Amino acid sequence: MAETLLDVRGLRLSFATEKGSVRALFGVSFSVAPGETVGLVGESGCGKTVTALAVLRLLQSPPAIVESGEIVFRGEDLLALPEKRMCGVRGKSISMIFQEPMSSLNPVLTVGEQVAEVFTAHNVCGKREAAERAVEWLRKVHMPDPSLRAREYPHQMSGGMRQRAMIAMALALTPSLLIADEPSTALDVTIQAQILSLLRELRERERMAVLLITHDLGVVHDFADRTAIMYLGRIVEIAPTRELFADPIHPYTQGLLASLPGKRTGEKRLPSIPGTVPDLSNVPPGCPFADRCPFRREALSRFLAREVPADPLAVCDREDPPLYEYSGGHFAACHHQRTVRGGGAR
Amino acid sequence: MLRYIVRRLVGAVPILVGISLISFLMMHMAPGGPIGAGTDLNPKATAESRARLKAYYGLDQPLHIQYGRWLVRMSTLDFGDSFSPDGRPVAEKIKERIPITLTINVLSMGLIFLVAIPVGVYSAVRKGSLFDRISTVAVFTGFAIPTFWLALLLMILFGVKLGWLPISGISSLDYGSLGPLGKLADRAHHLLLPVLLLGFGGLAGMSRYTRANMLEVIRQDYVATARAKGLPEGTVVFRHAMRNALLPVITILGLSVPELLGGSVIFETIFAIPGLGQLFYQGVMSRDYPLIMGILTIGAFLTLLGNLLADVGYALADPRIRQG
Ligand SMILES: Nc1ncnc2c1ncn2[C@@H]1O[C@H](COP(=O)(O)OP(=O)(O)OP(=O)(O)O)[C@@H](O)[C@H]1O
Ligand SMILES: [Mg+2]
Repeated sequence: MAETLLDVRGLRLSFATEKGSVRALFGVSFSVAPGETVGLVGESGCGKTVTALAVLRLLQSPPAIVESGEIVFRGEDLLALPEKRMCGVRGKSISMIFQEPMSSLNPVLTVGEQVAEVFTAHNVCGKREAAERAVEWLRKVHMPDPSLRAREYPHQMSGGMRQRAMIAMALALTPSLLIADEPSTALDVTIQAQILSLLRELRERERMAVLLITHDLGVVHDFADRTAIMYLGRIVEIAPTRELFADPIHPYTQGLLASLPGKRTGEKRLPSIPGTVPDLSNVPPGCPFADRCPFRREALSRFLAREVPADPLAVCDREDPPLYEYSGGHFAACHHQRTVRGGGAR
Repeated sequence: MLRYIVRRLVGAVPILVGISLISFLMMHMAPGGPIGAGTDLNPKATAESRARLKAYYGLDQPLHIQYGRWLVRMSTLDFGDSFSPDGRPVAEKIKERIPITLTINVLSMGLIFLVAIPVGVYSAVRKGSLFDRISTVAVFTGFAIPTFWLALLLMILFGVKLGWLPISGISSLDYGSLGPLGKLADRAHHLLLPVLLLGFGGLAGMSRYTRANMLEVIRQDYVATARAKGLPEGTVVFRHAMRNALLPVITILGLSVPELLGGSVIFETIFAIPGLGQLFYQGVMSRDYPLIMGILTIGAFLTLLGNLLADVGYALADPRIRQG
């Protein structure tokens, strides 16, 4: 494998709730190479945001507990860093843009102050220079009237402008990895396109890697070098984007793609697949998708109708499939496909 | 902003009139009257002399005439003369009493601010910690203890048993012979217990309120943004979370004026402090109508002023309102 920037290995994480411990991540593994964009796609509640927050160690603990796994960034396990050094990573080497531009900026500080803070927090320069650089960055994200806008408060700006300010803040120290959690979902379509093209422009200019979290397959198709599909707290398929769209392996991915009307439509929500996602507090053993999987359903009904003497996919209800590598860099977690396609063990 | 303040002040006039009308009616509905207080137990007082007194004070007129007269006088800021034997103008009496009451109230408010807010913030930031649990218990104990009872207990402990603190008045007998520093120390010594106790009631509520606000704010997205920038926890808490959490506290502080004034009546009476509260208590006991009405009006005015200051303070602190 080529050089990696971020390598998340077998991340298991749970939340302590009143009703007991609820696991949200079931061994998430993926990597991001320098300068590469990886798309992370999945239905609402599958754990995308939790994964992102875990990488930056922004989940409050309690309730969040990392049970096992490693988050290796530039060869160092972030989970083992003391908090003080972690502060040095956040905003400087890895930064993050949040889902909701309307609530992600502090209402009582000016936008300029909030961008400038990134410089002062990491002792890059003094206050005055930080303010100048903040205006400079607002200009770089194409904020209209940057020096005027820097003195304004978030409530005076539109959602699109706030998201630009967030991007300025995230990129101010030219991090090597940007985590963008649905940076455009909350915006309307034209603004969405502007924000994405801005991200594309800056990604190229700053040569940074991006972990792009989204519901929108259209966005990853256009934007990501590789795409990871997430389902119920694990990654079920990960492959170069082009390959994933051309030859999806996991039945869940196939379902997602099959129900896309045209690949470039700006669907906000992922198309529906029959069945419901199991509740996190009560995940059955075996493959988490088995209940909704067309292959599993068919095999089971044929077995129940006594058309076949044995249930060929009984394993799906028993064992949680690990990621198998099918071809160079194309991984999927599926018992059925493995028997059909014969993927090699990872 | 100035326009807004003027508008609010003008709007306060009808409210004040309304409050005074209700107070006036309640005062007259209460049993007893100013004449009775002085004559009921006096065997020499005849029905005739009572009637004369009544006419002298204008109490023989129907209520609406009495109220009308009072209102007309008030409109020229004339509070009238007290019914008490000294018969001095009410305005004069209030003026000499108000500084001590305001001092005690401002000091208690300061105390509430200085203690309740740090306690509230710290217990929110360390939610579930030993400190949080202890302060929670303390707060609920504080809610449950009647303060006047606590006042009596503390007076017995510090004043009588230990003899550390004076238990009445605002100055010692030798106050006049003390130097300026000595005077200050003497005052502080006398005011310590009253200020503590007057603030005590507010402490519990305010620290709880601060804690709740802080917990709410810490969950906000912009706090996560602040952390994601790599700011140290202290900066996140003080610069980003606390400022937002304290905005509503400003309002509550402004709204606590009537509570404090009410408390003054009790504590000034218990501690024999010659302030407005004590004067009010004496006025009520002797049914000194002009004095009662005067103090109630001042109290209502201070309350409305507190509300206005709270709103102005909030607007100054919150850019969304300042510029909206
Ligand atoms: N603090 C928490 N305590 C308990 N459970 C939590 C907590 N935060 C997240 N979860 C749970 O973790 C799961 C994953 O949530 P997450 O926010 O990562 O979803 P997501 O994939 O980002 O969804 P969306 O697309 O809606 O943003 C959810 O089921 C959620 O209920
Ligand atoms: Mg999310």
